[in-house]
Amino acid sequence: MMKTAQITLTINGEKHIEDVPVRMNLADFIRTKIGLTGTHVGCEHGVCGACTLFLDGVTIRSCLTLAVQADGSEITTIEGYETDKNASDLIKNFHTRNALQCGYCTPGMLASSIEYIEQGNPADRELVKQHISGNYCRCTGYQAIVDAICTTIEERQN
Amino acid sequence: MTGPATVFDKPTDYIGKSIPRSDASRLLRGKGHYVDDIQLPRMVHAVFLRSPHAHARIISIDIKEAEKAKGVIAIYTGNDIAKHVKPYVGVLSHLPGLRSPAQYPLALDVARWQGEPVAVVVCSSRALGEDALELINITYEPLPAVTDTLDALSSESPLIHGEYDSNLAWKREVEVGSLDKALSGDDVIVIERQMKFGRHTGVTLETRATVCDYVPGDDELIMYYAGQAPHMLQFILAKHLSMLEENVRVVAHDIGGSFGIKVHTYGDEIATAIIAKLLKRPVKFTADRLESFVTDIHARDHVVNVKIGVRKDGSIVGIGFNDFTGIGPFSMYPRTSAIECNQILNLTGAPYQFEHYQAVGNVVFQNKTLMCQYRAVGHPIAMAISDCMLEEAARVIGMDPVQIRKKNLIPDDAYPTKSATGMRFDDLSHHACLDKLLEIMNYDKLLSDQEEHRKKGIYRGIGFVSLVEVTNPSPMFYGIGGAPIASQDGATVRLDAAGALHVSSSVTEQGQGTNAILQQIAADVFGVSIERVKVTTGDTATVPYGGGTWASRGAGIGGEAMLQAAYALKEQVLSTAAVILQAKAEELDIASGEVVLKSSGEQKISLGDLAKIVYYRGNELPNDLQPELIATRHYRVTDFPFVFTNGAMAAHVEVDTNTGLIKILHFWAVEDCGRVINPQLVDDQIRGGVVQGIGGALYEECVYDADGQMQNASMADYLVPMASEMPEITVAHVETFTKTSVLGAKGAGEAGTGGAPAAIMNAVNNALSPLNCGIWQMPMTPERVLRALGKI
Amino acid sequence: MKAPDFSYEKPNSIPGILSLLEKDELECQLLAGGQSLMPMMNFRMATPKTIVDISGVSELSLITDTPKAIEIGAMVRYCELQDSDVIQKFCPLITMVIPHIAHPAIRNRGTIGGSIGLSDPAAELPAVLLALDGKVEVSSNKGIREEPANKFFKGIYETACSSNELITKIILPKALPKQKFGFYEISRRHGDYAMAGVCIAQDQDLTVRVAFFGVAEKALRIASIEKVLSGNSDFSQSIIENAQNAAEDIQFEGDMNAGPEVKKHLAKVVLERALEGIK
Repeated sequence: MMKTAQITLTINGEKHIEDVPVRMNLADFIRTKIGLTGTHVGCEHGVCGACTLFLDGVTIRSCLTLAVQADGSEITTIEGYETDKNASDLIKNFHTRNALQCGYCTPGMLASSIEYIEQGNPADRELVKQHISGNYCRCTGYQAIVDAICTTIEERQN
Repeated sequence: MTGPATVFDKPTDYIGKSIPRSDASRLLRGKGHYVDDIQLPRMVHAVFLRSPHAHARIISIDIKEAEKAKGVIAIYTGNDIAKHVKPYVGVLSHLPGLRSPAQYPLALDVARWQGEPVAVVVCSSRALGEDALELINITYEPLPAVTDTLDALSSESPLIHGEYDSNLAWKREVEVGSLDKALSGDDVIVIERQMKFGRHTGVTLETRATVCDYVPGDDELIMYYAGQAPHMLQFILAKHLSMLEENVRVVAHDIGGSFGIKVHTYGDEIATAIIAKLLKRPVKFTADRLESFVTDIHARDHVVNVKIGVRKDGSIVGIGFNDFTGIGPFSMYPRTSAIECNQILNLTGAPYQFEHYQAVGNVVFQNKTLMCQYRAVGHPIAMAISDCMLEEAARVIGMDPVQIRKKNLIPDDAYPTKSATGMRFDDLSHHACLDKLLEIMNYDKLLSDQEEHRKKGIYRGIGFVSLVEVTNPSPMFYGIGGAPIASQDGATVRLDAAGALHVSSSVTEQGQGTNAILQQIAADVFGVSIERVKVTTGDTATVPYGGGTWASRGAGIGGEAMLQAAYALKEQVLSTAAVILQAKAEELDIASGEVVLKSSGEQKISLGDLAKIVYYRGNELPNDLQPELIATRHYRVTDFPFVFTNGAMAAHVEVDTNTGLIKILHFWAVEDCGRVINPQLVDDQIRGGVVQGIGGALYEECVYDADGQMQNASMADYLVPMASEMPEITVAHVETFTKTSVLGAKGAGEAGTGGAPAAIMNAVNNALSPLNCGIWQMPMTPERVLRALGKI
Repeated sequence: MKAPDFSYEKPNSIPGILSLLEKDELECQLLAGGQSLMPMMNFRMATPKTIVDISGVSELSLITDTPKAIEIGAMVRYCELQDSDVIQKFCPLITMVIPHIAHPAIRNRGTIGGSIGLSDPAAELPAVLLALDGKVEVSSNKGIREEPANKFFKGIYETACSSNELITKIILPKALPKQKFGFYEISRRHGDYAMAGVCIAQDQDLTVRVAFFGVAEKALRIASIEKVLSGNSDFSQSIIENAQNAAEDIQFEGDMNAGPEVKKHLAKVVLERALEGIK
């Protein structure tokens, strides 16, 4: 029976082959084994959204996925959003609009925002709020985040 | 005129502008430095076993099996840890009569709340540590749990501390005028209500965390700390671990939200420091979310019996109330758990003029998580008591809620003055804020919208609050009572050889933009581009001594120290430049990184060139000149115990009378925080605060059963505000500079959280008024709304 | 909050899964999307000895359009249901319901089999299955059986599927042109588990099925309400009131957000609103 496994996966374009305990979740794996600490852990039960990242092109909660389940997959984390997700405009708008304070929700918030924009959704504030309603932010009150997402969509449309 | 006051004689380049925070750039690229990101060589994990009982005697702890478990390095019980620490007591001398027993990091013989640590496993990984916890066998003798605040004071109640005669920790009574007599007047309408405020907690997205390291040769303890007051913690660690204070270094890098949660002394963090010292290796403790819910301080939890008397013309005759608050089994160290109640007694009714005031506060021990200072300490309760009762009075006498406010608010030209409770006020602007609020919200249109909707059976309501906010505290807040909490802050600014400024300050950054406003002030006052200002905060080894960031003091106190330091350095640089340029210092100025002629703006020498002469080619200077290209200044508030901010807010809500759900349609906030250093940062600080206030008003509550078990200690069950339900929040300002500083800035961090709950409760009761019912308990859950409506 | 130690298996065939499930000593727990199981393991409320990851079997991820029914593999994720044209055409109730289930990142992982197999009383999909009168295909080493929806859900986290069995498919009758569907749920925040919710299907012959969720110990159909509503082409206020009165028959169970009385009240509200919105 397997208690550890060797997994091969690509993170932000870089290939990794690692041995992992099968019980280790993907968030812990990326943070402690790979050393990409930009992915944050906020609740470890899938509710807060801080650990959200991209696995094979879609957002997932990395605290609710085992590292071993990610074997063979392609992962993008906050460290890769500027280049691998072409999100430099979104990042710029988060910055200029002050769409983060403590920065702890930011990795997950960016992931959900990128997904919303990539799906071709409109700059509709209510739809944006619904899409990010699984990402908890204690600091901003969300308005600045919605502003930044909508601005990015509008800028891309023009 | 000379001196720092001249800073604002000319237009500013940065102060008052919405400059994006430079810190945010790296956070957006995943390059934060949060405590849990730290992995040091040979680092091990402290994993705590916590009492499953709210109140139980610890009969025995058997660690034999756990010691054999994989990865286990050491196991300590409460008594093992207690040998290495002096106990602490959460009392302050200016709160006479407050009592609380000595506390140790872990429970010794009796556990007094569900979640209190009782043992700790030190292990090579967190997961293995959790495995080992399951092998520790503790025999408990459950004791009756004291949970209800009012029952706790009954003579029948079990006692939490055998050495005391009751579960009362503190009682304070305030009497101004003669309330009972005044309310008995024939022309006085008296309204009485019982108001309840749920217990809630901060839910910082980053949980509490610390990494402690110990360097044996130097006897140095380094604590990486996710917290707000590094110097306070330095003192506490040194005192209670019997170390020299200079050998304790506390380092706070990025902090994932704090809101007052991370400014206290937690036993698990102290134990982690002790273990690092004992094992002489780095030890990490990161609370998981379940631990956070039952160990992070809780707040609020008040039952208030309140009455207000008004005359037919709406004038307030007096306010009286009796507040009961449950604080858990100990008063939190070192700030105490009596401050919230004390604030309520001090602040209730503070925006208004009235003569008679009678308030009693009862601070009560109970077997629940410790309660202490969380954002807007006491404010939401104080503001709700006066403003919700005031609007209720307006309904009873048939007066508009705005008119009754205007009737009673302290006139803007009355300052300096004192509140009924004796708080000293200056530079407030209640009427100006209310007028601005009415202007931006279009009150008349909302009233006609309300009429239209009522005809269709849709119940919308508009509610207001006028508020004061305690900011920029002086030594009268904590220091006077013996707490190791600095009220002053320091800033050091240094001109580097490249012509850049390096700033270090004792205030801390938790995301609100402290570092950014320090940059703005330094760049503006000194005269360099903001890109050339680097900031260091949070490290006791390198920053000036000071209080940190809490009680909305970062900008007002830390900012003023920064202004003074930057001005001082400028004078020093100009006197050096005068020698080099053979000019008069008073004819020179600094602009855009150049020393210039004040009269023409002509550039004479760059700061980089000047610094290089001083640092590298001192031979070019006269022998009697030893230039100081560094300056430090400190600042504390001296004239007032606090510098009060004020504001006015309004909520527009719709109550679904079939489901009990409340939707906030829009929220408006007008804040007078004096000089606004960065409008965008202030506005978003207010918005975030309002949303935390919405949390308290509608969602957040730590629900306990009669045995003291928290029923909703997960993020799935403890509801925090999420994006979908949050309204747009319009923010506007009135700027009345505080005369206590040159900068003129007051704090702005508490207002939203302090004011929003009252405004929302008022809006809900305004919506429900045609149905002849009201709600007086927060959070206003669907169930409570349906009960108020008589639907269930 | 780290998951306890376990062994991990990822078979690449259904027989491979079933042979592991046969071995009681392995104390197997099936892992599909993991969106409920992983939190339970992180809380250490679930402590399986062996995790059997069923995502390696591609046939479990198929949506199949057969002449009589739509067959949905147990591993089909919420996001796939949401994006499927077949589902939109033949199971429009699912398309209506999915956006109310949690949040995008959860829907990108969570599966229909996981939701049906868990029988969380506040989850939407068990009620959908009941309202559509679907079936659950359950496989074991002994063979394959089809369990009708109204016999499948037994209680909180309890179903007719035993620990040696695997849910392989959810089988739903194809929506007919004149069939109508209604759905309404009340939650305190978008994406939260419902305080009360209802799924309604009205067949061409005006037979009505009503399945509640979030109000009792499991998702359940209420025959007395269905009797009131069946046979009517549209629902007048008096029919709605009669149906609401019939909701008194439900054995209401309270939860963190609402006691039984609140559930009873809200069940009537969601019933009325779902009927008003039926299409």
